[in-house]
Amino acid sequence: MYRVIRIVRRRLLQMIPVVLGIVVFNFALLHLAPGDAVDVMAGEAGASNAEYVAQLRQQYGLDKPLPVQLGNYLWHVVQLDLGYSYRHNRPVLGLILERLPATLSLMLTALSLSILLGVGLGVLAAWRVRTATDTVISIFALLSYATPTFWIGLMFILLFGVTLGWLPTTGMESVGAGYKGLDRVVDIGRHMLLPAVTLALFYMAIYTRLMRASMLEVYGLDYVRTAQAKGLAGGKIAFKHVLRNALLPVVTVAGLQVGSLLGGSVLVETVFGWPGLGRLAYDAVFQRDFNTLLGILLLCSIVVVLANLVVDMLYAVLDPRIEYQ
Amino acid sequence: MAFWRQYRRNVAAVIGLAILLVVVVMAVSAPLLYPGDPWDMAGKPFIWPFQSWKFPLGTDRLGRDVAACIFHGARVSLLIGLVATLVAVVVGIVVGAFAGFYGGKVDDVLMRLTEIFQTIPSFIFIFVVVAVFTPTVPIIVLAIAIVSWPQLARLVRGEFIALRGRDFIQGCIAIGMSDLRIIFFQALPNALAPVIVTASVTVALAILAESGLAFLGLGDPNVMSWGTIIGAGRAVLRQAWYLTAIPGVAILLTVLALNLIGDGLNDALNPRLRGRR
Repeated sequence: MYRVIRIVRRRLLQMIPVVLGIVVFNFALLHLAPGDAVDVMAGEAGASNAEYVAQLRQQYGLDKPLPVQLGNYLWHVVQLDLGYSYRHNRPVLGLILERLPATLSLMLTALSLSILLGVGLGVLAAWRVRTATDTVISIFALLSYATPTFWIGLMFILLFGVTLGWLPTTGMESVGAGYKGLDRVVDIGRHMLLPAVTLALFYMAIYTRLMRASMLEVYGLDYVRTAQAKGLAGGKIAFKHVLRNALLPVVTVAGLQVGSLLGGSVLVETVFGWPGLGRLAYDAVFQRDFNTLLGILLLCSIVVVLANLVVDMLYAVLDPRIEYQ
Repeated sequence: MAFWRQYRRNVAAVIGLAILLVVVVMAVSAPLLYPGDPWDMAGKPFIWPFQSWKFPLGTDRLGRDVAACIFHGARVSLLIGLVATLVAVVVGIVVGAFAGFYGGKVDDVLMRLTEIFQTIPSFIFIFVVVAVFTPTVPIIVLAIAIVSWPQLARLVRGEFIALRGRDFIQGCIAIGMSDLRIIFFQALPNALAPVIVTASVTVALAILAESGLAFLGLGDPNVMSWGTIIGAGRAVLRQAWYLTAIPGVAILLTVLALNLIGDGLNDALNPRLRGRR
C-alpha cells in the first residue's frame, strides 16, 4: 500500500509543470485570438465608443502588461475561476460542471463497453488464432478502426432510429414523460445505447488488436510453458496466468486515450444531441464564446491528468514489480 | 525490390495500396474530370445514385454533383492528411532526436513539453484552435500537426536512446564528428523505419480529424471536404441517406487503406517481427 501512495505522490509532483504548461498555453491561445472579451462585450452592447471600451479594458485588467495579465489569469485558475460566459451570463465553471456528468457518464459507459468487448474479442481471436474466427474478428476490428465516429453514429440513427424505430436517437431522456426511479434509469439507458456504442467502436478496435497481440506474446513466454508442463488446465492458464499479464498494455493504452475519448464525445454528442460538454463546446464555437471554449479545453486536460493518475495506481496494483523512480 | 517482395507478402497491405492509389488518382484527376467548382449547381436536386448517367453518384439537395464533390474531397483529405503529417514528422524527429541523443536536462525539458501536448485532448484542441482562429486549410493543418507530433517524438527518442550506445555512433563521436551531423546523417537513417510506419497511421488519423472538423462545420468554407458533405447531408438523412453514406464510405476506405499500408510497412521494415504473425 505504501508503495502505491509513494507512486501517487511522485506522479502528483510531476503533474504540476504539465498543468501549469497547459494553463499558460490556454492563456496564449486566448491572447492570440482575434479580439478580446471586451470587443465581444462591446459588440454585444451594440454601441462601441472608444472611451467605454477603454474603461472596460481597465476594469478587467486587459490594459496591463502581458506578464501581469498572465499572473492574474493563473491566480484566477488556481481559485477555479475560469472566467465568465457573456453568452450564458454565468461563470464558466458552473456551466461546465453542470454538463460534465452527462459527458462523463457517456464516456465511462463507452470506455467500459470498449474494454469489455475489445478484451473479449482479443482473447477469443488469440485463442482461435489463424482460424476463421480470428480472421472475422480481425477484419471487424480493422473496419471499426477506420470508421469515422460521427458517420457510424448517423448510420445507426438511420438504421435503429429511422428504419427500425427501436431506439431513441436524440437527447438523454424522454422529455415530458415524467419517468421516476427505475423507469428513468431504463429510459436514460435506452437513450445512451446508440451514442455509447458509436463512441466505443473505435476504441474497441484498438483494444481487440492490442489484446490479441498481447495474449499471443505472453503465451510464448517461458513461465506459461512451465504452467503447461506441470499440467494446469488450459482455461486456468489463459485466465490466471496469461490474461492478467496481457491486460497491462490495455490498461496503459486505455489511460492514454481518455483525452481522445473526450474529443470523440464532442462529435458523438453533437450527432445524438447529448446534453454534455461536447454540445456546450459546439454551441460556444458558433456563439464565439471563447471563455467557455477555453474553460472546456482546460477542464478536459485536467480530467486527462487525473485519469493518468488513476491508471498509474491501477498499474501499480496490477503489476507489483512497478516502482517509479 | 527486396522491400517490395517483403511488402507484397502481406495481401491486405497490397489491397490497401491499391485503394490508396485509386484515391490518389481521384485527387489528381478531379480538376480534369470535374473542372468547375464542385459547389456549383449541376443538375436537378435529389437525383439518387445510379439513376442518371450524367450523375453516377447522384446530386445533393442543391443539385450539386456528388461525384464531383467526392473527387474534389479526395484532394482536400489527402492534402491535409499528408501536409499535417509531414509537419508533425519534422517536429517529432527534431524534438525526439535531441531528447534521445543528449539525454539529461535536454531530455527532461523536451519530454515535459511533449507530455503537455500529449495531455491536452487532441480533438478538442484542434476544435478550439480552429474555432478561435479562422477555419482555413493552413490553420487546420497546423492544429492537426500540433497534436500529432508528440507520439512521433516519443518514438524517435526511444530509437535514439537505443542508437546512442551503438558502436558506430560512439565511433562517430570519437572521431569528433559534429553532433548535428551524427544526429541527422548517421543516427536518423537508422531510426526512420518505425517513423515511416507510424506516419502512415498519423495520416489516417489526420484525415479522420479533418473530416470530423468539417462535419461540425469547422472545415475551410472554400474547399469541398468529405466531412462537409456529410454535415450537409445530415439535415436530409431521412429523405436522402446516400448523401451521408457515400462520403462516409470514401473516408472509411481511405483510412482503412492507410492502416493496412502501415501494417504492411511494419512487416516489411521490421525484420525482427517477420514471421511472428
